[in-house]
Amino acid sequence: MDRAPIPIRPVNSRHPAFEYFSTKKDELVGWARKFSLFPYPFVTACCAMEFMAVSSTPYDTDRFGAALPRFSPRQSDLLMVVGTITHKQAPVLLKVYEQMCEPKWVMAFGACATSGGFYQNYAAVAGIDKIIPVDIYVPGCPPRPETVIDAIMKLQDRIARAHHPIVTETF
Amino acid sequence: MHAAILETMKERMLPEGGEACVSHRTLVLTVPPECVFDAARRLKAEFAFDLFLDVTAVDWLGQTPRFEVVYHFYSTSHKIRVRLKTRVPETDPVVDSLVALYGAAGFMERECHDMYGIVFRGNPDLRPILLYEGFEGHPLRKDYPKRREQPLVAFRK
Amino acid sequence: MTGPTVDTHIDAVLPNPIRPAFERGERDDEVVVSIGPSHPATHGTVQLIAALDGEKVARVDVHCGYLHRGFEKECEDHTWHNLIPYVDRLNYCSGLVNDFAYCEAVETLMGIEITPRCRYLRTLLSEYSRVTDHLTCVAASLMELGAMTAFLYLVMLRDYMYEHLADLTGARLTYSYGRIGGLARDLPEGWLARLAWILEQYHEFVGRIHGLLDRNRIFIDRMRDVGVMSAADAINWGFTGPMLRSTGFGLDLRKDAPYLAYAELDFDVPVGIKGDNYDRYYVRMREMDESVHMIRQLVDRLPEGPISVDDRRCTLPDKKLVYTEIESLINHFKLIMDGPDAPAGEVYTAHEAPNGELGFYIVSTGGGTPYKLHVRSPSFVHMGGLHRLLQGYQLADIVPTFGSINMIGGECDR
Repeated sequence: MDRAPIPIRPVNSRHPAFEYFSTKKDELVGWARKFSLFPYPFVTACCAMEFMAVSSTPYDTDRFGAALPRFSPRQSDLLMVVGTITHKQAPVLLKVYEQMCEPKWVMAFGACATSGGFYQNYAAVAGIDKIIPVDIYVPGCPPRPETVIDAIMKLQDRIARAHHPIVTETF
Repeated sequence: MHAAILETMKERMLPEGGEACVSHRTLVLTVPPECVFDAARRLKAEFAFDLFLDVTAVDWLGQTPRFEVVYHFYSTSHKIRVRLKTRVPETDPVVDSLVALYGAAGFMERECHDMYGIVFRGNPDLRPILLYEGFEGHPLRKDYPKRREQPLVAFRK
Repeated sequence: MTGPTVDTHIDAVLPNPIRPAFERGERDDEVVVSIGPSHPATHGTVQLIAALDGEKVARVDVHCGYLHRGFEKECEDHTWHNLIPYVDRLNYCSGLVNDFAYCEAVETLMGIEITPRCRYLRTLLSEYSRVTDHLTCVAASLMELGAMTAFLYLVMLRDYMYEHLADLTGARLTYSYGRIGGLARDLPEGWLARLAWILEQYHEFVGRIHGLLDRNRIFIDRMRDVGVMSAADAINWGFTGPMLRSTGFGLDLRKDAPYLAYAELDFDVPVGIKGDNYDRYYVRMREMDESVHMIRQLVDRLPEGPISVDDRRCTLPDKKLVYTEIESLINHFKLIMDGPDAPAGEVYTAHEAPNGELGFYIVSTGGGTPYKLHVRSPSFVHMGGLHRLLQGYQLADIVPTFGSINMIGGECDR
C-alpha cells in the first residue's frame, strides 16, 4: 500500500481514515469511561440518605459501574454534589472541583444543589452552577433513587457520545 | 409536685426589679441583665437546674431595650423547665456568659452572638460558628434583609 | 513543577471560611491537620482542626455551620403551615419527629387538642422514625469502620421502611406529614399488615447485626473505652438522648414528661455503663427494640376516629364543602394565604427526638406567621462537647466516635 501514513498530529484533520479511527477511539474510551465512574460524593444534607440508598441494595449503582466512591478529588471523576451548598461551603466545593483532574463531570444531586431548593436566603447558594459548571441536574427533594439512576444513565449516554481527546488535543 | 416547686421558686427567686409568671406550664423569670449570672447560679445551686438547654434572643425592633435574651434550663431531678429572660439595649447588648456554670453554654452563646450580635462577657470564644469569617451583620435581626447574600466565591458568568 | 504552585494559587484565591483556634500545636512536633469539611467521616459538614501528637489527638477545634441554611430566618417569612417542609429537613433521618414536635408547639400556642387517633398515630410514627434514624446512624458508623455488610443489611431494612412511609405520606424521606391540628391523611389499606411484615424483617436483619458485631473482637477493640464520657460531664455539656443515656443517666422525656401517648405504653429506657462508643451503639440497638415493642402495642390500641381536630382555626375544610359553601371557601382561602391565626405568646415544646431533646421555642405576636422560631437542636449541643470525646484518643478513633454521635447537619446547623 503506498498511502501516506496517518499522522498523529494531523495538519488536516478531515482525513476520513483519521476520522474513522478517531470515532472508534472515542467510542472505546467513552465506553470505558462511562462504565467506570468514580464518584466523589460531596455530601452535605438530606440527599445523603438517598445517596446511601441508591448506592446499596436494591437500587445498586454498582450495576452501572458507578459504585466505588473515591474521597480524594485526584482519584475521582464524577463530582456528585449531594445536598445544599451554603456560602460557607462554597470555597470548599470550588477547591475540590479544581483539584479534580480531567475528564470530570458534575452532577447536581437534588433541588438544593440544582437551584437552592426552597432556601432562598442569605445562607444558601442558589444552585451550584453559580460556582462550578454542571453536567447533569437531578431534581427532587430528595430525588428518588430511580431518578438518580436515570441521571447516571443519561450522563453515561453523554459520556459515550462525547469526544475524548486522549493523545493530543484533537485525537 | 410541679405546682409546689413552681410556687417555691416564684417566692424565692422573685428577683429585684424583675417578675415571674407561668406561661404554658413553664415558669418564666424576667431579670435585669446584671442579675442573669446570679439567677442562673442560684437556679443551678438551689433548685438543681443542672441541664442547660438553650440560649437565644428575640429582636423586638422598635422597642427599647431591643433584644430579649432567653435562657431555658431543665432540672433532671424535678423534671421541670424554667425560662429566664432579660432585656438588653441595642447600644450595649452585653450579658454575662454562663460558661463558668455550664460547658454547653459555649457553643450556644456563640450562635446567639452570630445571629443577633449579643456579646457574652466572659465567653472566651465568640468566633462565628454558623456563619463565616467576613460576614457582616447579624442575619436574624429584623433589619437584615433575608435575601442579602454575601458570597465568598465569585459567581460564574 | 506546577503542582505546589497550583495549590497555593488556589489557597491564595479562595478565602478560608473559618478562623481556627490555633494555627500550630503547643509543642514543636505536633502537626495541625484539618479534617473536614468535605470528609466522609465527618458526614460532610463538620471541620475538625486537630493538633496531632503522632497518632494521638492533643487538641481539637470543632467547626460546624457549613450547612447553615437560614432556617430561622425563613421561618419569619412563612405561615405556620408552610414551615412544615422546612421543619422536616432539620433531622432528616427522622423527619416525622420534627413535624410532630413543631405541630405540637403550635397547637400548644393555639390551645388545640388533637384527637386520640392522631395522638396514637403520631406516637407510632415517631417511634417508626426513631427506628429509621438509629438504623441510619448505626449503618453509617459501621460502614465507616469497614463493616460494609452490616451497612447493606441495615440500609435494606431502612429502605423497606422508607417505601412503607412513602405509601403513607407520599415521600420517602422528607414527609411533611404533620399538620397543625392533626395529620395530612389517614392510613391507607393494608398499611398495618405491611408494618407487621416489616417488623418481622426488622428482627431478622438486626439479629444478624447483633450476631456479626456484638462479640466481635475487632469491633470491641475499636469501640470499647473510646470516646468515654462520664454522666456528670455529659450533663454539664448539655448532652441528652442516647449520648446521655449511654453514660448511665436515664433521662428520657418520654418517661419524665410524657407527651402524646407515651404515658399509656409499656417500655424500658436502655442505659449504658461507661459512656463509650460501644455503649452508644448498644443503647441505640436496644432503643430500636423498645421502639418496635411500642409500635406493636400502638397498633393493637389504635382507636378509630378522625385524624384532624374539627377546628376551623387550623384544619382545612373538606373539599366538597370548599366547592359548595362560601364560608368553607373563605376559611380555606384564609388558612392558605394568611396561615392559621395564632394568639400572641411564646411557648417551648420539646420532644424526645432520636438524638436527644429537640425543642421548639416559638414567639408569636399574633397572626399567621411566627415572629421568631428557634430550634433547640441536640446535635448542635453535642458538637459543643465533642472535643471532650476526641481529645486524648487516636486519630483513627475520631471516625467511630464521630459516627456514634449521630451528628445530623440539618439539625446542627439549621
